[in-house]
Amino acid sequence: MNAQQTLSINGHDVSFQSGQTILEVARQHHIDIPTLCHLKGTTPTGACRICVVEVEGARTLLASCATPAASGMKVQTESPAVIEARRLIIQLLLSSGNHNCAVRGSDDQEWTAFQLKVQGEDGSDELCPVWGDCRLQDLAYRYQVSGERFAATPTRYPMETVNPFIVRDFSRCIQCGRCVQACNDVQVNNAISFGYRGPESKIIAAGDRPLKDSDCVFCGECVQACPVGALVEKDVRYTVRPWETEKVRTTCSYCGVGCQLYLHVNDNQVVKVTGADVAPNHGSLCVKGRFGYHFVSSPERLTDPLIKENGTFRKASWDEALDLVAGRLTQIRDAHGGDSIGVLTSARITNEENYIAQKFARAVLKTNNVDHCARL
Amino acid sequence: MTNTIADIEDADVILVTGSNTTENHPVLSTFVKRAVKFKGAKVIVVDPRRIKMTEFAEHWLRPNLGTDVAWINGMMHVIIKEGLQDDAFIQNRTEGFEELKKQVEKYTPEFVEGVTGISSESLITAARLFATAKAGSILYCMGITQHVSGTDNVKSLANLAMLTGNLGIPGGGVNPLRGQNNVQGACDMGGLPNVYTAYQSVSDLAIAKKMEEAWGVSGLPTQPGLKVTEMVPKAHDGDIKALYIIGENPLMSDPDLNHAEKSFKHLDFLVVQDIFMTETAQLADVVLPSACFAEKEGTFSNTERRVQRVRQAVTPPGRCKDDWWITCAVATRMGVPMQYADSRAIFEEVVKVTPSYAGITYDRIANEGMHWPCPTTEHPGTPILHGQQFTRGKGKFHAIEWIPPAEQVDEDYPLYLTTGRVLYQYHTGTMTMKSDDLNNRAPHSYVEVSRRDARTYGLKDGDHVSITSRRGKIDVQVQIGDKAVDGTVFIPFHFAQGAANKLTNAALDPVSGIPEYKVCAVKINKAA
Repeated sequence: MNAQQTLSINGHDVSFQSGQTILEVARQHHIDIPTLCHLKGTTPTGACRICVVEVEGARTLLASCATPAASGMKVQTESPAVIEARRLIIQLLLSSGNHNCAVRGSDDQEWTAFQLKVQGEDGSDELCPVWGDCRLQDLAYRYQVSGERFAATPTRYPMETVNPFIVRDFSRCIQCGRCVQACNDVQVNNAISFGYRGPESKIIAAGDRPLKDSDCVFCGECVQACPVGALVEKDVRYTVRPWETEKVRTTCSYCGVGCQLYLHVNDNQVVKVTGADVAPNHGSLCVKGRFGYHFVSSPERLTDPLIKENGTFRKASWDEALDLVAGRLTQIRDAHGGDSIGVLTSARITNEENYIAQKFARAVLKTNNVDHCARL
Repeated sequence: MTNTIADIEDADVILVTGSNTTENHPVLSTFVKRAVKFKGAKVIVVDPRRIKMTEFAEHWLRPNLGTDVAWINGMMHVIIKEGLQDDAFIQNRTEGFEELKKQVEKYTPEFVEGVTGISSESLITAARLFATAKAGSILYCMGITQHVSGTDNVKSLANLAMLTGNLGIPGGGVNPLRGQNNVQGACDMGGLPNVYTAYQSVSDLAIAKKMEEAWGVSGLPTQPGLKVTEMVPKAHDGDIKALYIIGENPLMSDPDLNHAEKSFKHLDFLVVQDIFMTETAQLADVVLPSACFAEKEGTFSNTERRVQRVRQAVTPPGRCKDDWWITCAVATRMGVPMQYADSRAIFEEVVKVTPSYAGITYDRIANEGMHWPCPTTEHPGTPILHGQQFTRGKGKFHAIEWIPPAEQVDEDYPLYLTTGRVLYQYHTGTMTMKSDDLNNRAPHSYVEVSRRDARTYGLKDGDHVSITSRRGKIDVQVQIGDKAVDGTVFIPFHFAQGAANKLTNAALDPVSGIPEYKVCAVKINKAA
């Protein structure tokens, strides 16, 4: 069934296996076809049509995400007809909401009025909160599209700012449906869906209520999936711009699933967390992993060694504190034996640190009284 | 886990028991939910609460608290009686089947119904479904282990998996879900009183000798040490004089907290190494400030035995140091030099003395972690355990009798209490409670009561009540909820105000030393 077959993309013969879509074949061979609504791991919807390609003999352009590859197909991914179609789609999307990045032609008479309207609705004099981190903006640059061809559509639904963690800005929603798939097909939390019809269409939760009053569990999968500025983490809206942050790949510090994530760092502070597309979590996170990072820079963090005197703590130097600990433990070990001391190591520190803790108990204190809270 | 997380999507039937998966392992629960939604997998939930996962389940079996051995034996009774067991697997891979068969004989569906409250029809249907699955996966968590019969419960699940030939195959397995990010690693690294790294026994003289040579020391102790749940009472008796606690908050997480606090106050010397001034740190003589996960390099091992990298993103505040650096500095000052350049140097020592980690290097796990056992640097790691044979050779069936929980309801304490966690908080809350929005979703402790129990006791949502057990009393707010089942209340243990563990019973499983957090008897009174 999985016999190797070939088709041609942009004049090059490439192999594929039956069942693959044109998009999958192209990606496998490092040929870039832009996508917007396509969400990895879910069934393609073909909703946005930005991934259209020209296939010789086909009556219309075909959405590559939803078209199965066939033997002998001749595919063009950047033909004039394809580019024209993509430009039109992008123009329509840009005019559909508050997409106030610079791509919306600045020579346009309406530009200032449009900016003022958006700024009024945003309650901010800054450009779009995801400026520089937006798939639509990237595509507009790539295809040199401005938004002036169509009149801007008025904002139909107000911004939803009453939720913890997430701001929903319907004025920037392009109805691509990635969030709906992320919620229903990836996390299977079934909290949001398409609501209403035609121009009134809106992504809704629980009969059109705020997320906080729905089945939403704030995993943030939808925020990570949103290609534009319709879903943004509340804490980073306008405060953190992507070019100001550095991403560090690490392992989540909460449950034992060990999700791989990126800590976004700005000025030595973790300001945002996103899931890494690798096993075991393939991009997904939960509310704690994605939004529970504030403890790292909490002002309540301990900063200095502390020694208790007359019932209260005072700051001490490392030398003083370490000498005190080493001295007292030596005294107690020598007077009562190593088994009079216990070490509780931790399910929250690294393997290396656990190794050191048990080595310390066994080799230095001479006791096997070492355990951690696996049972608790 | 004997199998991997991704493997769950290959299961035909998934038995989820004692795990509130969507709240405590949310990302792992997505694999279960997708298996149901897209692959036609059937889920059997066995849990005393109507947890979210029951909405995805084909069958929800609701056992009385602490009756797990009974329903598992009952399922096995049905499977054997109907001849649904995997004879080839039993023949080739196991021993002790006859003893098991004899043991489960009396666990008829009717007998089991009397003990567990699970109707005999449900038990039979669920047993048939699990036994006839091509691949059946068992997921369990603390609802199975935190009982006086915790070890028996786990062995019983292993019996069920072996009986149906569900070990060593994709989509099968006995899969404990580890609650903390590096519980697996802490165990793997020998953070246990009876074993060195890779579960090498401290009583094995050849192992002790190997470690003495590797560490350049002599006289390593060969008697197993005390478990945490034994150290605390020994502190009370004066046998334990000092505790050195790293990144743990036993004064929130231990059972019977009032007693635990008295025990800690008996210590001559208490050192706590942590990132926050926890309830436990407040009792310390010396507190040493450490770096948190975002400030250090190293590795964590997840619940599927995957060793993954931890990387430094920010510098620690103030004078905080890596936990390894602090412990090494104390050791060195006590005359045993423990000096390492960095975490990589420590890991290189770890792999030399740890057979199951021997082939893992920082470079090999730079992008994607690897599953131990990984004995050589050419070995690809082992996603599924017990493929050809078990560690001990043949898998042993354990014939196990059900024993009731240590405490039962009576006239004075007529309600069962079970404890656990909520989605928005984590363990004792030292980390999650620093995020305002998480607190907004889960602000304080509560007692979850069923509608009927609320009527019986005349309670409304939000009422302030006191909950009393034989060990303590706490004040909490009532939350009338659909998850609760009549006669059993639930309190999350995260919160210092309304700490569930002031009520819990410190009765221990005789083998694992795990406390019976999941069952105790309480009474409920409206606050005056």
